[in-house]
Amino acid sequence: MMLDVQELSVAFTDRQEPFTAVDKFSLQMDRGEIVGIVGESGSGKSMTAHALMGLIPRSRAAVTGRALFEGVDLLPLPREALRQYQGRDLSIIFQEPMTSLNPTMRIGKQVEEALFIHGKLSPGERKAKALAAMELAGLPDPEGLYRQYPHQLSGGMRQRVMIAAALVLRPRLLIADEPTTALDVTIQAQILDTLKDINRQEGTAILFISHDLGVVKALCSRVVVMKQGRIVETGPAEQVFHHPREDYTKLLIASRPSRKKLRGGGEHE
Amino acid sequence: MSEPIVHIARLNSWYGRGKGRKQVLRDVSLKLAPGEVLGVVGESGSGKSTLAKCVLGMVTDITGTLEVNSPRPQMVFQDPYGSLNPAKTVGWILEEPLRTAGVKDKGERRQRVRDFLPLVGLEEEHLARRPAQLSGGQRQRVAIAAALIQGSRLIVLDEPVSALDVTLQAQILRLLADLKEELGLSYLFISHDLAVVYQLCDRVAVMTGGEIVEEGDVDEIYDHPRHAYTKKLLAASLALD
Repeated sequence: MMLDVQELSVAFTDRQEPFTAVDKFSLQMDRGEIVGIVGESGSGKSMTAHALMGLIPRSRAAVTGRALFEGVDLLPLPREALRQYQGRDLSIIFQEPMTSLNPTMRIGKQVEEALFIHGKLSPGERKAKALAAMELAGLPDPEGLYRQYPHQLSGGMRQRVMIAAALVLRPRLLIADEPTTALDVTIQAQILDTLKDINRQEGTAILFISHDLGVVKALCSRVVVMKQGRIVETGPAEQVFHHPREDYTKLLIASRPSRKKLRGGGEHE
Repeated sequence: MSEPIVHIARLNSWYGRGKGRKQVLRDVSLKLAPGEVLGVVGESGSGKSTLAKCVLGMVTDITGTLEVNSPRPQMVFQDPYGSLNPAKTVGWILEEPLRTAGVKDKGERRQRVRDFLPLVGLEEEHLARRPAQLSGGQRQRVAIAAALIQGSRLIVLDEPVSALDVTLQAQILRLLADLKEELGLSYLFISHDLAVVYQLCDRVAVMTGGEIVEEGDVDEIYDHPRHAYTKKLLAASLALD
């Protein structure tokens, strides 16, 4: 087993009323698997992803439980030790690439950034790895883009740059936090295809966080449904979407816009 | 077909001036009949929001025909948090359209606001709250009420549910469908979301690059898209399977 999360909880202590954002979240993931976490605002899905990446400041919240990555519990690791895992073993991409990319830094340098932290490579070696990652992320003409700045790229291309930067060290787990939510639907479809290709070619496991059931259904083999910090239901995607057991999952699926006409006063198929 | 409530023919529009003047709409033609819901779908930069602004008279650099046969057409925006005055109470926000419409009597304004609340699923207790004290769904109900309270029959909805969680989205779409029947409204429904458009609209116009590439009955367009762009958009829409 690659990832074994046991009763992960995130409790914010920096406010008047202590607030549990994630309550006893457990999940096991094998290498090469694509698992989706789906939920609405406040479900704790993003907080779970942030906790796994060590992105929650310890001064603000207590993160408890265990998150074993290849047998090593990431949660108690000091910052420096955790940095050895971030990027190399597990990586994260976010919804809004424009705020995650540095606007004053050329694309190539940003893709290479993780290579400075992990190992000593020559500039030539770094560039070769960056170009390969950009190619993997489906960026056309990596050599030309290498010297460009984020503002010169479209939203979809920026997200591909983020994917390239996250993959430059070929991590075994990619955490994707609403990576296509800010994108147009045709661009979204292309990015999802790219993530599937990466999963097939490289065997990269993907933990995909989304509010969008359609996207999760298209990509993931297993699904975790969250609500208000807790897991409501979990199982194979096929089962959860077609034979949901819990009322909340049923409500989520029924709320999803479908080819069903709404008419004032009643619903008609 | 009775006289259309919106009649647009060969409409062109531009933003900017001089060298920076950029054409946004290209020869756009469409009609909206009373009581009809027309969806306008497209991606970022397609011109769909500009078209909405034209209908409301907010774009002045235009050529072509633009007839709106309904007094005071109103708009509901994607983000009610941005369109509602955060410093005012819900009661004030809902009275404001009546004030601008010339209803001078305070008692009458308040009564009309109170009478309107049940239609949009709000309670009297909400009147004293400010937008920040409401949930996202309640805020959008306030925005819808503010658009309707003057008695407008033509409502332009610009991505009205795109910022909402899926369970809230379903509630607001149902509310819009009910209000349309009860009040005899016509909607111009702007959205990037084909599934949402399908649920509410009678007809749909597909926009890309400032042009309408295809327009017709929703079932016809969704089942038998003719234009390559419509096909691409439908294929990419994951919620429709």
